[in-house]
Amino acid sequence: MPELTADLGACQGYANCVVAAPDTYDIDDDGLVVLVRTEIPEEDRARVEEAARSCPVSALKVDGK
Amino acid sequence: MSAHAVGRGPGADGRAVIVGASVAGVRTAQALRREGWTGPVTLVGDEPHPPYDKPPLSKQLLTGAWEPGRAVLLDGPAAREAGITLRLGSPAVRLDPAGRRVSLADGQTLSYDVLVLATGAAARPSPWRPGSGLHVLRGLDDLLALRRDLELPGPVVVVGGGFIGAEVASAVRARGREVTLVDPLPVPMARLMGEEVGAHFNGLHRRHGAVTAFGTGVESITGRAGALTVRLSDGGALPAATVVVGIGSVANDAWLRDSGIPLEDGVLCDEYGRVPGHLGVYAVGDLARRRLPGPGGPQRSEHWTSAVEQAACVARTITRPSAPSAEASVPYVWSDQYDWKAQIVGAPGGARLHRLIGDPDGSPARFAALYSGDGARLTGAVLVNWPRAMLMARRLIAEEGALAHAERELTATGQVSRA
Repeated sequence: MPELTADLGACQGYANCVVAAPDTYDIDDDGLVVLVRTEIPEEDRARVEEAARSCPVSALKVDGK
Repeated sequence: MSAHAVGRGPGADGRAVIVGASVAGVRTAQALRREGWTGPVTLVGDEPHPPYDKPPLSKQLLTGAWEPGRAVLLDGPAAREAGITLRLGSPAVRLDPAGRRVSLADGQTLSYDVLVLATGAAARPSPWRPGSGLHVLRGLDDLLALRRDLELPGPVVVVGGGFIGAEVASAVRARGREVTLVDPLPVPMARLMGEEVGAHFNGLHRRHGAVTAFGTGVESITGRAGALTVRLSDGGALPAATVVVGIGSVANDAWLRDSGIPLEDGVLCDEYGRVPGHLGVYAVGDLARRRLPGPGGPQRSEHWTSAVEQAACVARTITRPSAPSAEASVPYVWSDQYDWKAQIVGAPGGARLHRLIGDPDGSPARFAALYSGDGARLTGAVLVNWPRAMLMARRLIAEEGALAHAERELTATGQVSRA
């Protein structure tokens, strides 16, 4: 299953990802992304990837099949 | 001429040319592929550099936290893999919409079935022209030149207290340099967020050791790099090794002047980016002056998040013209200044400040300023160091939530955060 990863060193709390896919991304009190799930079903992949692309510092990646 | 050139717009096997290689152009090219465009996609950029992202120019790239490679949006291998042809280093100089051709400065001509105009905006030119040592900051070459001049010892003067000026002042302070920020407005951020909240941003500069000369205009800037003099309208004079001028932007639309494309400091288009009267021609990003639903004239949005969303939407509209797609998100901008991460959602400018929740003077500060255009609903918010509240405000604005409800929710979040 495609796997979602976050680079917490890069994350700046812009939160575009949470707006785009709130079922997959959240943000903690310090403004760092929290991945609600890391295994992404194929049917959700396009939406989760679009949310990842909305990250201004490219902190999010979906890899694998 | 291809069979589909009249009436219905081109099919997904046509030639797509995108002029402008900043985030709006790059994302449009990538999105066209994702949306199933099978024809050639060519991305034209005026600079020789691989397409790169602009927000870090006044932030991580200026402080030195990042090197330029980190801001690259699309390198050669990634472009090849996506089937995007990069035409870099030669600006588009002319458009012939009837012949469906774009001419580049190097004499080449590109024919298209679909054209996306994404040439963005340039820094408003400085009205002051000393011999050397004066900078604007809009592109990578600007950044590299500024970083070189910042090696010269001596104070730095920044003219313009908007986002760019404030971020430059912050980055220059982070490099341990003396800086004075000059702006003719007493509270430069007031237009965007009102006097009261804007005043907290004034205080932020001073707390971090920047000198503010606000409410003061610039009369002249003379001298050369390392030995400049900035004369102020109040009679004062500031010595400077380097001066940075950030006084707004102008659309890069001069190359379209004789094309018949409707222009008004940008390309006039509808909410989907379609240019009226020009089937198959679209505009996105800082260049696009969109006519949006609701009151108010057509507007340019100069924000990264909007450019990214416009790019995704225009690619959908190009591939599915019968179901055009428009940006639907609440406007969202951010600005990193000193130890403040400011996030602005909706439209606080022109709206009334309803309440400020949290502590703007704390170390670190954390607050939410709530605005309402009609006294009943939340229509804008300024958040500092509080991403969760930003998310909540963004949702409440989208839902057209009642102001009292928004206030309760945000106050409750604040109490939980502090516990």
